[in-house]
Formats: sequence, structure tokens, C-alpha cells
Amino acid sequence: MARLNVNPTRMVLSKLKGQLKVAVKGHKLMKDKRDELMRIFLEQAKEIKAFREEVDPQLEEVYQSFAVARAVVSPEMLEEALMFPKTSVSLVATTKNVMSVDVPSFDYQQSSNETDSVYPYGFATTSGALDQAIEKLTALFPKLMKLAEMEKEAMLLADEIEKTRRRVNALEYVKIPAYQETIKYIKMKLAEDERGNQTRLMKVKDMMLEEERQKQKARDAEILAAANAG
Amino acid sequence: MNKIGIIGDADSVLGFKAFGLDAYACLSKEEAAATLHRIVKDDYGIIFITERYFKELDDEIAKYVDLRIPAIVAIPGSDGSYGIGLSNVKRAVEKAVGADILFGDE
Repeated sequence: MARLNVNPTRMVLSKLKGQLKVAVKGHKLMKDKRDELMRIFLEQAKEIKAFREEVDPQLEEVYQSFAVARAVVSPEMLEEALMFPKTSVSLVATTKNVMSVDVPSFDYQQSSNETDSVYPYGFATTSGALDQAIEKLTALFPKLMKLAEMEKEAMLLADEIEKTRRRVNALEYVKIPAYQETIKYIKMKLAEDERGNQTRLMKVKDMMLEEERQKQKARDAEILAAANAG
Repeated sequence: MNKIGIIGDADSVLGFKAFGLDAYACLSKEEAAATLHRIVKDDYGIIFITERYFKELDDEIAKYVDLRIPAIVAIPGSDGSYGIGLSNVKRAVEKAVGADILFGDE
């Protein structure tokens, strides 16, 4: 395991201990966030799947209706009939916060200028099939909006989950072990220094005692010599 | 205030145009890509793209996935559904979970 490149001092040790504490706490929080994001995301994904399966065939029906309309009305006439849409759709995108992920929330309004009808043409030159097609599309449109919103949310959540998962793994398998390793290393290094110091002190003490003993011996010999002489 | 756009072949976008969306009828992949790059910078909230073009423009669209808006969504075109919409969700699941755990039965 990679040990951090730091000086083995008490100061660094205490700093690292603090960092380890933060990392462990952060890891726990991240893990919780990941789990909750995952729960929301999976629910969402299931919902989208069901929704897709519902919307796709309906949209195909709309296309079929348009195909019928195209068969009945000449292309030029159809183009002309649909050239100037009477209604305009305005969309208001607001932000929704899901587990600190900003996801868009769409709200749309269809504004028509005159009547309530959405048909941008007179009924003289077009067939009923076209009316039907547009009616079906109008009915389907809110679902399409919802689908767009849900899919975008799912994409953004998936992105966030991936990021969070990486962070969790980085903390769990790299950062925290590195801190622990380094703390262990510093502790052992300090203990080793301590032992070295102890031994040195003992040795010095021995040397001093030995010196003292030699001096004492010399003094004894002096006194003995003086006594003998006297 | 945002707009809603749709990119696809002429037959597919016609109906949406009648509905009041900004319809961009494209004939080729290149044209669709150019249109996408152009309108993505505009204030569109949602851009629908028919599945055929969505598939072909996969790499281009991937650049905009991280943006909050616009939401770029695949819808079936008049030439039928290829299931691209579902496979997008599937991909998102794979990205998030690491394995496909929702659609595996298919």
C-alpha cells in the first residue's frame, strides 16, 4: 500500500489522525448518498421503461394517422395546411433538486391565439384524417414532455451515481488505507526513536557510572597510598 | 422561457410542426448533426430527435448529456421504432449500477 510521503513527527501524526476521521465520516456519507441515489434512480428507470412502452406505440399511431392524411390530401396541400401553426408551445424549465443533483422540471403551456382549436387550417381542403392525427398528437404531447423530463433526470442521476461511486471507492480503497498505513508507520517510527533514545540513555548512564567507579578507585588508591606512606 | 425542437425526417416532424414546435426537417445525417449543434446553443428546453438520427448522431449527442438542459430525447420516427429510447435507459442503468439489472430478462 502506498504510504504518504510525510515526515514522521507527532505534529503530522495528529494531523493525519484528524484527516482519517474526516475521510471515514465522508466515506459513510458518500455511501449513504450513493445508496439513496441508486434507489431513486432504479425506481425512475423502471417507470421510464413502462412509460416508453406505453408512449412509443401511441406515437406510431399518430404517424399512421398522418400517413393516412398524406394519402388523402396532396403533399402540397398538406404542407400548406400545416405551414403556419396556430398554436405555439412555450416551455418553462425549472430546476428540481434530487439528492443535490439539479434536474430540470418542465412545465409547458400551449397558447393559441384565437379559438381553442389547435387546427391551423380550414376544413375545406383537408381531410378528417388530418384532424384525427393532430388530435392524437395533442393528446400524446403531455406524455412526451413527461418522458423527456424523466429521461433527463435519469441520465443526470446515472452520472451522479457514477461520480459518487468513484468517490466512495477512492476513499474506501485508496485514501483511508493510505492514511491508516501512514499513521501506523509514524507510530512505529516514533516508537523506534523512543527505544533508540532509551537505549542511548541507558548506555550513557552506564558510561557515567563506570567513569564514577574509575574515579572512586583512583581516589581509594590515593588514600591507600597516603596511608601506607604515613 | 424555453423552446421545444424536433429534428427528424420531414414526414416525422410535420405533425409536430402543426402542433407549434420548432421542427427541423433534415435529409442527411450531416444536416441533422449541424442542426443539433446549432440549436443546442439556443435556449431549447427539450430537443426531440427521431430514433434513426439519434442512433447516427450518438457521439454528437453524448457531448450534451451532462447539460441540465436541453434534454435530448429519442422518439420513434415515422419509419417505426428501433427501441433506441429503451436502450438509452438501459445504458444509463449500466452506467449507474455497473450491470444491467432491469432489462436483463429481454
